[in-house]
Amino acid sequence: MVFNVELPHVGESVTEAVIGKWLKAPGDQIEKYDPLVEVITDKVNMDVPSPASGTITKIIAQEGETVLMGAVIAEMETADGEVSAAETSEPAASEASPSLSAGRIGTLVQGANVGPTGGEFVDTSLTSTKSTASTANLGDSVGSSSRQRGFSPVVTRLAAQHSVELSSLVGTGLGGRVTKKDVLAAVEAGGAGLVSASDQDVSGSEQVIDPTPIRRMIANHMVKSVMEIPHAWSAVEVDVTGMVAWRKANRSGFETRHGVRLTYLPITLAVVASSLKANPRLNSTWLDGKIVLKKAINVGVAVAAEEGLVVPVIHFAADSSIVELAGELDGVVMRARSGSMTLEDVQGGTFTLNNTGALGSIWGGAIINHPQAAILTTEAIVKRPVVVSDGETDSVVVRSMMNICLSFDHRIVDGAEASEFLQSVKSGLEAINLDSELE
Amino acid sequence: MPEQTVIEAVRETMQAEMRRDDSIILLGEDVGSRGGVFLASDGLIDEFGENRVIDTPLAESSICGVALGTAVNGMRPIAEIQFADFVWPAINQLVGEASKVRYGTGGAKTAPMTVRIPYGGGVRGGLYHSQSIEVLFAHTPGLSVVAPATPYDAKGLLASAIRSDDPVIVLEHKRTYRLVKGDVPTEEYTIPIGKAEIKRPGTDLTIFTYGLMLHYALQAAEMATAAEIDVEVLDLRTLRPLDEDAIAESASRTGKALIVQEDTPAVSISSEVAAIIGERCFFDLDGPITRLGPPEIPPMPFSPLQEAAFMPSPEKILAAITKLAEI
Repeated sequence: MVFNVELPHVGESVTEAVIGKWLKAPGDQIEKYDPLVEVITDKVNMDVPSPASGTITKIIAQEGETVLMGAVIAEMETADGEVSAAETSEPAASEASPSLSAGRIGTLVQGANVGPTGGEFVDTSLTSTKSTASTANLGDSVGSSSRQRGFSPVVTRLAAQHSVELSSLVGTGLGGRVTKKDVLAAVEAGGAGLVSASDQDVSGSEQVIDPTPIRRMIANHMVKSVMEIPHAWSAVEVDVTGMVAWRKANRSGFETRHGVRLTYLPITLAVVASSLKANPRLNSTWLDGKIVLKKAINVGVAVAAEEGLVVPVIHFAADSSIVELAGELDGVVMRARSGSMTLEDVQGGTFTLNNTGALGSIWGGAIINHPQAAILTTEAIVKRPVVVSDGETDSVVVRSMMNICLSFDHRIVDGAEASEFLQSVKSGLEAINLDSELE
Repeated sequence: MPEQTVIEAVRETMQAEMRRDDSIILLGEDVGSRGGVFLASDGLIDEFGENRVIDTPLAESSICGVALGTAVNGMRPIAEIQFADFVWPAINQLVGEASKVRYGTGGAKTAPMTVRIPYGGGVRGGLYHSQSIEVLFAHTPGLSVVAPATPYDAKGLLASAIRSDDPVIVLEHKRTYRLVKGDVPTEEYTIPIGKAEIKRPGTDLTIFTYGLMLHYALQAAEMATAAEIDVEVLDLRTLRPLDEDAIAESASRTGKALIVQEDTPAVSISSEVAAIIGERCFFDLDGPITRLGPPEIPPMPFSPLQEAAFMPSPEKILAAITKLAEI
């Protein structure tokens, strides 16, 4: 029997995915649970296993196509007894309809006496010649000259969703109107309609690149964040001389004892996590006009992988020691760079930490990882002459300084709360010195 | 599976239900020895006797009032109004009283009554045998209104109406009675009140309709395939409560909605369907919600030429389809 293969729901807030690569072609045999297709979501790449054993008969969603979770992406022929998920669930009205036989609807009897019992009126209208009457009055609103040349609601929505530049499309509707079909065709064509024609350089001195699916998802995610979240920024300087000294003193011992590299990241992560605990508003999300505080503190750590930015998540970061954090970070970063992250690795983030300092940056205004409340960057540690006071005298000394920059959702918190959080991180980091017991 | 006309399905459903449940009685003008003006109850008086198949005077208020009284006291009456055009004297019994029984008695009493009403035009019936009266009942909370258009739906919805513990108005388009023939299973079945059905799936636009217009819409949809327009046709089947989910699902999927009805459009079923689509599908729409109906004049004309001009037809529907599809 025919079995519809649906794109499975893979997790919270993931509503659609891009078909990466089909691992089977029509005619191929496949066993249940064998990898069938690679899909790319904005969080992770994954292989979708076959939901049944059988023969692939039709690929419906093509490579590069964006499909909604739950949509049918392929058809397969299974042995009898395998029941499609679509068939076991209650059929929606639309699903029931194709099976409607002509008999169920009925056929019209030519020449039937349709009057009351005594009526001799014989119906002839079924074979009527072309009606001379104009289309009834209300239908005329469709063709009225007051029709505006704007975009319909669905066209606007689809264009925003798929980043389609509407002005570049050639509409096939009345008067050149861009229709829903035109937008979907542009999305299907993948790229062609997505680049504004006016941006293309005919002289050949510019090159147009089709973004990879991941690049496009990152783009959409960033646009969504900037469009929806009113960003505000704040930053403080942190004197990390003590932390630098501690790491220097403990580095080789730590690595011998725990078998993990000791970077500044687990240390800052631990301090950030405990500061989030003290400032729960920074660990929340704006949802339908309400602030949803997240009990779990799951900190995403931005990692530059070959394909693009990925954000693996360290779950329950406030409950882990620096040693545990170092171990977890090491594993997850390695998986991120090798493209072998699991869904678990990227789900559930409530706050994001981005160590932009690793790239030499000393200042940043990061875009919040939607739908979180804030993102913190730790900038490069640089030695600088700093004025220190010991109560009476001021002197200039060389200290290791680091800027930390916070972008926050101004709907959720104001500058005061953001500063409180930054001060908490700052004092946590500045409290570290050679005597600290961090292991 | 036997093939039946709508009127045959109505008759056999009433017969089967009356055999099943002794509390069901039938009353109306000429429903007894004459068998009903459309022969819907032909032969039933012979089987069930004149205590259960009751000829009444020409007094619709009394027909519905007696039905209401017997219903509140434990019977399941099926009242027949000979033509919808004659229902007006009974409005107080139906809209004013029957609809309020459950609420008014705090649920202690219900009115399990069915009122069958042949309605609609296109039968050269003129001013007093062609009216569409659905909207007044569909506006009334406490009443259900069904409008089956096929023999299969006529049986399933009439059975549901008879078994309902609350008043149900069953609107039968008199033109479909002998015009539409279709498969009707002999075994008993019911179709839930409040469920629409997609009679023809399509992708480019959806026609929302009911009654005789369903068949015209299906013809028009078939004609539209010549222009490669793929039309979905959704049969509302129940006019109160409307199947809002089915309406919204289809409109969202195709993005274009054409509502076709035989009744005049102002403040009508099409107004309500349009409102539902506007409220629930705004961001999925790719064209104006469009309505097709007759001109806003008091009656359906008697003159055949004028009647044809008044009634929506497959050709008129096709013209509206083409306009909306091209937009």
